[in-house]
Amino acid sequence: MELVNKLGEMAIRTLLMIGRMGILLAKAFAFCLTPPVKLALVVKQIHFIGFRSVSVIILTGGFTGMVLCYQGYNTLNRFGSEAFLGPLVGLSLIKEMGPVISSLMVTGRAGSSVTAKIGIMRISEQIDALELMGLNPYRYLIVPNMFAAIISLPLLTAIFDVVGIFGGYLIGVKLLGVSSGVYFGEMISYVEMKDILEGLFKSLNFGVIIAWVCCFKGYYAGYYSGFGAEGVSAATTEAVVLSSVMILVWDYFLTSTRIFF
Amino acid sequence: MIIIENLSKSFGGVTVLQGVSLEVEKGHILALIGRSGYGKSVLLKHVAGLIRPDSGRIVVDGHDLCCLKGKTLQRLRNRLGFLFQSGALFDSMSIFDNVAFPLREKTKLGEKEIRDRVLYELEQVDLSGAEDKFPSQISGGMVKRAALARELIAEPEIMLFDEPTTGLDPLTGQTILNLIDSCHRRMHFTGIIVTHEVPKIFEIVEKVAMLDEGRILFQESPEKILAIEDPKIRSFITGGVQWTHEEMECQLRFMERVRRKKDIHKL
Repeated sequence: MELVNKLGEMAIRTLLMIGRMGILLAKAFAFCLTPPVKLALVVKQIHFIGFRSVSVIILTGGFTGMVLCYQGYNTLNRFGSEAFLGPLVGLSLIKEMGPVISSLMVTGRAGSSVTAKIGIMRISEQIDALELMGLNPYRYLIVPNMFAAIISLPLLTAIFDVVGIFGGYLIGVKLLGVSSGVYFGEMISYVEMKDILEGLFKSLNFGVIIAWVCCFKGYYAGYYSGFGAEGVSAATTEAVVLSSVMILVWDYFLTSTRIFF
Repeated sequence: MIIIENLSKSFGGVTVLQGVSLEVEKGHILALIGRSGYGKSVLLKHVAGLIRPDSGRIVVDGHDLCCLKGKTLQRLRNRLGFLFQSGALFDSMSIFDNVAFPLREKTKLGEKEIRDRVLYELEQVDLSGAEDKFPSQISGGMVKRAALARELIAEPEIMLFDEPTTGLDPLTGQTILNLIDSCHRRMHFTGIIVTHEVPKIFEIVEKVAMLDEGRILFQESPEKILAIEDPKIRSFITGGVQWTHEEMECQLRFMERVRRKKDIHKL
């Protein structure tokens, strides 16, 4: 009987959490679309989420392109189709790996710290203080992160794609001897504008997921993940794990529903 | 004016408040005393609208707080100040920015005027020279004073204090109480102070209420409370020490002097 009780309790808790997540997202969108938007905070968060992630995006983008090129070359070589190395690298990066890996990187680098910051503000009553000043905490803590993630993620993905393609170029053309004309020529023939838009649309979606999940976990630190410092630490871990999983699941959903085809 | 009527609240099956009723007249301060963990801060958070009651109502200047939402609640909160036990200063901002925050966000004052008002308010709480420091770089007493300055700069009509002297040495505690008293004389706010500073707090409040096991045991003027014979209340007020008749008389005379002094200030 106790087991049934516990299961029921868990189910109610989970449903409550999902409901709260939904409300937070709806409110965040509503406040994004209605003034006043705290522009200074948006710019600050773009700097934090976007600009300060550039170095890690360049690094991961470069190495992803290089590895992709090596693996792709070895596979294509078996069928004598090395000419398709450019399209393989380009399409893989632009449609899938660019948006997904850059989002995972941003989740780990910036999303975790967004959760920790909001979580600490929650447990030290700073969010309550904001509310009691008659100010809307969403406008100070969630809307700027939402805007920053929506603006930064597509740009970071674009950087990831470009650096990845040049990483592939270095390995494919300079090391493995594929002609530079073939590498870029075939890429131009096979990669279409809708592929680029698909990748950018995905990254925009992932931006929303990162801001949503990380802000939620921080905002409700202490409700779902224990109390005090331990609660914030657990919330941070949960935010990264849940965002990453949701990015992969949503990526599958977007790809399988073929919204862009 | 704050009226609390028959307020009840439970958390996870544990009843914290049961049928609490209180009244604070406009411009008066009420001290809420009682043992730790008996729901004083919870009651204060209800008055601030941070917690919704299970039943009962809180009426602030004619508005039922439990029915307020969105912008109407926000408007009421604009007239309210809350001094948290921890101070709740924004830890990534300097003391100056913390105190300036309500003015920057809620008014259209120019930066020069904001600066003048912040420096004046910091001077009032004896924090001149600490404006560039961060909350983590100053002592607990300074944090409380900075938090007080942040709340008072918006000139609230209602001030709620959650244990403003807890964790401070007696001298700093007394400074904070004096500050609250002088600010009250300057701004005439209606206030509730949750405190353990008994009987010191009697000097600055008009009424005292004691919360015990979720119920209000009494709410009277400080003079009347000193005369209460109930052993439970008496031992709480005297800290368990048996006061002699002379000591009690002395305390009452002192209260009388304080009251007269206050009346002169009011004139």
